[in-house]
Amino acid sequence: MLIRLVVNGEPREADVWPGSSLLFMLREELGLPGSKNACEQGECGSCSVWLDGDLVCSCLVLAAQAHGREVRTVESLARDDVLHPVQEAFLQAGAVQCGFCTPGLVVAVTDLLDRDPSPDELTVREALSGNLCRCTGYEKVFEAVRLASRRRQEGEW
Amino acid sequence: MDVLLPATLDEALAMRAERPGAVPIAGGTDLMVELNFDHLRPEVMIDVSRLPELAVWRREDGELFVGSGVTYTRVLRELPEMRALAEAARTVGSPQIRNRGTIGGNLGTASPAGDPLPVLAAHDAEILLASADRGGRAIPWDAFLVGVKRTALAPDELILGARWRILRGPQSFAKVGTRNAMVIAVANLCFGLDPDTRTARVALGSVAPTVIRAPEAEAFLAEALQRAGAWDEPAAPLAPEDVEGFSERVAAATRPIDDVRGTAAYRRHVVRVLARRALARALDERVEEALAS
Repeated sequence: MLIRLVVNGEPREADVWPGSSLLFMLREELGLPGSKNACEQGECGSCSVWLDGDLVCSCLVLAAQAHGREVRTVESLARDDVLHPVQEAFLQAGAVQCGFCTPGLVVAVTDLLDRDPSPDELTVREALSGNLCRCTGYEKVFEAVRLASRRRQEGEW
Repeated sequence: MDVLLPATLDEALAMRAERPGAVPIAGGTDLMVELNFDHLRPEVMIDVSRLPELAVWRREDGELFVGSGVTYTRVLRELPEMRALAEAARTVGSPQIRNRGTIGGNLGTASPAGDPLPVLAAHDAEILLASADRGGRAIPWDAFLVGVKRTALAPDELILGARWRILRGPQSFAKVGTRNAMVIAVANLCFGLDPDTRTARVALGSVAPTVIRAPEAEAFLAEALQRAGAWDEPAAPLAPEDVEGFSERVAAATRPIDDVRGTAAYRRHVVRVLARRALARALDERVEEALAS
């Protein structure tokens, strides 16, 4: 089945088995392995992307459902060699251990701060409740959110 | 395998009539798991996630209609005043899941643990269905949810949504699970008081093959509130034995099983506690409301 969509601002197409997930298509057909394939059941959030601006688990979207729509992945965040401020905050806070959950978390944190630039602690926890880190590095992740949030309020991005 | 991408409801119903085995997929939060794990290989799927006719809600004549394509994120954003529904929506999955998951999806999957389903049951909701050949029909929620993951949906039908009369009194939803997010309920409960009809509503999930009501507990509570004069005077206290009697009867209405999420005994315990808390909260709210007005 031929799927045509816009990915990270560019028109793309891929011929996939109709039962493929959007995640599979992004990783295996479109050369975008940033979204990670872990649980394949929406539990872990490692495959988080934006579908028409909404944060979704790409493993739970049928590739065909993305036909004619717009997808943004973690690859859209950095510009050439310049990291996105959320990615920068993750680095500086040391919010990365094995790194597998990081792309999904970075996408989810960016989604949160775009909607709510200065979220309180509970809001952050609820916003990230769909992203699992099995190294249990959550405290550093929360630190990264606070850092990115502070810089956003200070007008740095 | 084919995936069909109708742009309108009429197109989708025509496809459903032509290919009765076709599986409708909305947010995909249940079905994609089945697909990813090779548990399901339908010959045809119909993407209903882009049908504008299903992605609407309406309030009219004291009733609420929620289209099957309305996501839980939209319920939270657009219908926060529908307290029990919004509280149930907030316990569904995670933000990612709520951005995709729909009322219609929970109805179609018909899991006994589906969080919004007790809210529909407590409101005596009607489920609206449509087919190309026979047009629309509305059936009560308990005629639609007929067993574990079984519904009365005909092979050529689609779920349009659910409709119910808006209750004026206090209402709430509560759920017990192993964490706050991304959890299938050990048990869940929707509670409401309807001062207009002087009735109580209790619906329970994950404690029987389908969502159930607890009619004996409801009748017991309505009568206890009557006896206490609490329908007319919100501050009139309810006797402690009536609170106990109510929560015992709620627990007695369940038919739970032991499974990976909890034992039958624990589920009965959970339901008893949730019923007591929901009642206390509702009575407090009535007092606060009376003081405020």
